[in-house]
Amino acid sequence: MSVTSASAHAHVEHAGHHELGFIRTYVFSTDHKMIARQFLFLGLLMMILGGLLALVVRWELAWPETPVPGLGRILTETGGILEPSQYNMAFTMHATIMIFFVIMPILAGAFGNFCIPLMIGARDMAFPFLNMLSFWVAALAGVLMLAGFFVPGGHAAAGWTSYAPLSAVPEYTGVNWGQNLWCISLFVLGISSMMGAINYITTIINMRAPGMKLFRMPLVVWSLFITAILLLLALPVLTSGVAMLLFDRTLGTSWFKPSGGGEPLLWQHLFWYFGHPEVYILILPAMGIASEILPVFCRKPIFGYHAMAFSMIAIAFLSWVVYGHHMFVSGMNPALGMAFTVTTMIIAVPSAIKTFNWLGTLWGARIQFTVPMLNALAFVSMFVIGGLSGIFMASTPVDIYIQDTYFIVAHIHYVVFGGSIFGAFAAIYYWFPKMFGRMTNTVLGHLHFWPTFVFFNLTFFPMHIIGVGGQMRRIYNPMQYEFLQHQQHWNVFITVSALLLGLGQIPFVINFFWSLFAGKKAPLNPWNANTLEWTASSPPPHLNWGPTLPTVYRGPYEYSSPESRDDWLPQTAPPVTAAGARRH
Amino acid sequence: MSPSASVHSAVEPAETPLTPESWGKLGMWIFLAGDAVGFGVLLASYGGMRATSADWPSPYAVLGINLTAAMTFLLICSSVTMVKALEWLGKGDRSKCRMFLFFTALGGAIFVSCQAYEWSKLIHEGLHINGNPWGASLFGTSFFLVTGFHGLHVTGGVIYLVSMIRYVTNRPAPAASYNAVEITGLYWHFVDLVWIMVFTFMYLI
Repeated sequence: MSVTSASAHAHVEHAGHHELGFIRTYVFSTDHKMIARQFLFLGLLMMILGGLLALVVRWELAWPETPVPGLGRILTETGGILEPSQYNMAFTMHATIMIFFVIMPILAGAFGNFCIPLMIGARDMAFPFLNMLSFWVAALAGVLMLAGFFVPGGHAAAGWTSYAPLSAVPEYTGVNWGQNLWCISLFVLGISSMMGAINYITTIINMRAPGMKLFRMPLVVWSLFITAILLLLALPVLTSGVAMLLFDRTLGTSWFKPSGGGEPLLWQHLFWYFGHPEVYILILPAMGIASEILPVFCRKPIFGYHAMAFSMIAIAFLSWVVYGHHMFVSGMNPALGMAFTVTTMIIAVPSAIKTFNWLGTLWGARIQFTVPMLNALAFVSMFVIGGLSGIFMASTPVDIYIQDTYFIVAHIHYVVFGGSIFGAFAAIYYWFPKMFGRMTNTVLGHLHFWPTFVFFNLTFFPMHIIGVGGQMRRIYNPMQYEFLQHQQHWNVFITVSALLLGLGQIPFVINFFWSLFAGKKAPLNPWNANTLEWTASSPPPHLNWGPTLPTVYRGPYEYSSPESRDDWLPQTAPPVTAAGARRH
Repeated sequence: MSPSASVHSAVEPAETPLTPESWGKLGMWIFLAGDAVGFGVLLASYGGMRATSADWPSPYAVLGINLTAAMTFLLICSSVTMVKALEWLGKGDRSKCRMFLFFTALGGAIFVSCQAYEWSKLIHEGLHINGNPWGASLFGTSFFLVTGFHGLHVTGGVIYLVSMIRYVTNRPAPAASYNAVEITGLYWHFVDLVWIMVFTFMYLI
């Protein structure tokens, strides 16, 4: 809107004259960097809750029907022993919180808001007020979701996929308002995501600084651009779907209830038509983050910049035609199943292009093993494992055997924890100096990364084994099946690893808060990176740049270029005119 | 249109954007794309459930199309007045623009009132969101959900249009509000277009 840009200009002219109050600066801020920090804190706080819920689930699986330490005070009636209904609630809410309130707010919300304007050389988002609204609507969705824990009957317990008719009839799970709040919260979150998507797309299309051509954009901006398009076109499907589910639950309609002429499969179609693009919404920003960090610490250009951008576009297109692979055992025409197998196999091609390009970037480089780089490398390697186990499931005959076992649990965690969360950690360590103006502590960073990496693998890799061994997901007590008893030691092993994985996050919390207040002051460009955000001061002021916008002359990854004496060449460096003037 | 060209990126230099449109107009197009997906999901679910149902009632027998045809005509007329409002604003006549914006809002308000009358009549006859005497219960569910979702859009549009009358009045020059009125028009035409779909799929076929 013209109003917005005009007022932005007015702000530039009156910089220094104009101080916003506490509320406008820290609470209802329209500044994209403050909104990014708000999303980051929302995500990190929710991550604590989501992680604790995961540990509760793991405790139950390793030592079924024994008191969970620390829960004795909450579950006074059973002395801390989880009931089956509470166990269902724990895994449902673990997944819901981690997907919708941790990964999406951190990757798309925080780093989308922080990176897009700074890296394309804009002063703010196109619609700053809408941006603020997007955060507060998301926060409202978070409050509604948390409120579900306190209503009679407990929170939603039908799995994060909320398959109907289990989710559509309150009597089936015994959960009434918990599931209703789950629907309402995701409906509200869908509105927030739509506002974010409108902002991201408009900003990237219209607000690039002079010289910032589309193919000079950093790959993380490309990834967020494509993520925003997926958010825009995928989230309304969920929003409509949860509204229909809510009507089934409260108004007695029967979209998804066979008893009233409805069709449970309709929910699965709607959910996965949203759900498969959703997994790319979770992973694409992490791919962009890895593509951003690898060249910086390899001091090499990214291998195949265009191929990287086009493969992300291909992934986004294909993500709409693979969703049926979640429904192979739902009673699908085998010919259709075959088609979904083929499309799913095809999506491995652009993913492989990305992986080999990352390897090509690493090839022959003198790698600097900084903390963000380690996390980015963990992303690449874990994504490979998660991607390969995905191909098992793409193939119908194999999938029918391992569907709904711990194999799929291992796969999703390799992609979403090994992929998205390592990507998020990489991004936090990498951009922390610019976001908060202080460096993080390297020793604590290593103390966080190594236990996380080791115990992540010790937690999730054995799940492949017990999954193939037949342990189904969402099971309350594996010991009740004789054929699972012989592998119970794996469940104990996994839970001990998961507890240590949880403990491994303590250095991160200490590091984060200690660095926030007492970290070393960050220089302008601590990593000697090329992209635009490092030319702004740390942290960047309101409206980011001084009186004039930066001008871009080159691509984002010109490291170790023969044109420069240094091994980096910022995007703002003008082309060399006198031949050889700046050569070695 | 020169008025729209003058309102974007007039402030600072930028890399040639992919589209010459203003930020707000692009934002509205993007919103409408997402909103269309929302409507699409509802209509596709309706279509899927109807195609597989054995006892789906005949829509025009239950719903009747005389009133709805008149409502459709009214909504199309309101799209015409929307175009006229923008045209007069482009010519610099703000009072004519405000008048046509008012007619547009009035058309929307009458549409919603007719819909309220239609709903209450049908509910009185036994068509409920969770059941009806003619057959599949989803017939009523999908009818109320789709027309209700559209009715909310019209209601929001009427509020939007009324606020634009105020906006046009308060801006210093006719050209200063051209872009915003054009954006309103995009939304209003979209709501109109969606109704044509709803009318076709839910009443006629």
